[in-house]
Amino acid sequence: MKWMLLCWLLLAPPAWAAEALPMAENPQVEARLVVISEELRCLVCQNESLASSNAELAEDLRREVRKLIREDKTDAQIKTYLVERYGDFVLYRPQVKPLTWPLWFGPFFMLLAAVWGLWRYLRLRKNALGQAHASPRPASNEAATHKD
Amino acid sequence: MNKKFLIPLALFAALVVFLAVGLTRDPREIPSPLVGKPAPEFSLPVLVGDKPFSPSDLKGKVWMFNVWATWCVACREEHPLLVDFAKSSRIPVVGLSYKEIQPQDMANGPLKDAEKLQMARERSLRFLQRQGDPYSLSVLDLDGRVGIDYGVYGVPETYLIDKQGIIRYKRVGPLTPQILIDTVLPLIQTLEAS
Repeated sequence: MKWMLLCWLLLAPPAWAAEALPMAENPQVEARLVVISEELRCLVCQNESLASSNAELAEDLRREVRKLIREDKTDAQIKTYLVERYGDFVLYRPQVKPLTWPLWFGPFFMLLAAVWGLWRYLRLRKNALGQAHASPRPASNEAATHKD
Repeated sequence: MNKKFLIPLALFAALVVFLAVGLTRDPREIPSPLVGKPAPEFSLPVLVGDKPFSPSDLKGKVWMFNVWATWCVACREEHPLLVDFAKSSRIPVVGLSYKEIQPQDMANGPLKDAEKLQMARERSLRFLQRQGDPYSLSVLDLDGRVGIDYGVYGVPETYLIDKQGIIRYKRVGPLTPQILIDTVLPLIQTLEAS
């Protein structure tokens, strides 16, 4: 019985699935609004998306985005509208440009540097080991075993 | 060989320096993309009078644009400083009353635009009469649209606009005497001279 209850609880749709959005006048507009605003940061409560924030400014910005959607603006145009006013900070996925290169490519660069470092270390170690093997005594041993 | 152990230590020290610098910075301070751009145009009703105000009315002058509201606690803190500044400075200070009418004001049902305007005017005037009025003139942005154009996200905000109508400075949060002395006043001098 307890098992079934647990399963039922786990399968129940999560309560947070519905965002606190005003009633949809036009479901298509609302659907696009949710998609776009998930990618935008609310500036008042910086770690929430524009879609989930209840801050007043977020509501105003959603209203503006809704207006732009109705005017048939593309996603890029809508994002540009916000970036022009609030800066790159509103985008959760920053644009790729010289200023953000370290952000986008830095981790790969560091990975490459680490791989190079590892490779060099291993090679040095191998050389050191090789030299140890090349020392006279083991060499004569090897020769001896060969004779046998 | 004997110095190799210093490498992780140096890396750790670098990390500590980065984190320490990061801690001293205010995450709410976001570089504004508007600095260096023309001040967005608008036409809004003024607090006293009938003729609406547009930023182009002040072309040829260096001016300060201050976003405030009576419900904004930090604005109250900033207010005496602004009053002092306005007394001693020659440049016009334009106030933007930002979303004076808040949702809680409409708990008893929605208000008409004219009612909102009336209410915002009364409240702002009362505040300025009591606390002193630093503004050459004040405009009312009831729905916050102009605020969005100026990238407002944390009132009070202050802008300096040059003679060509270009935004030269933006401050999010209250001005402090230190900021005035270190940044704002020297910048005003430079802008006036140009």
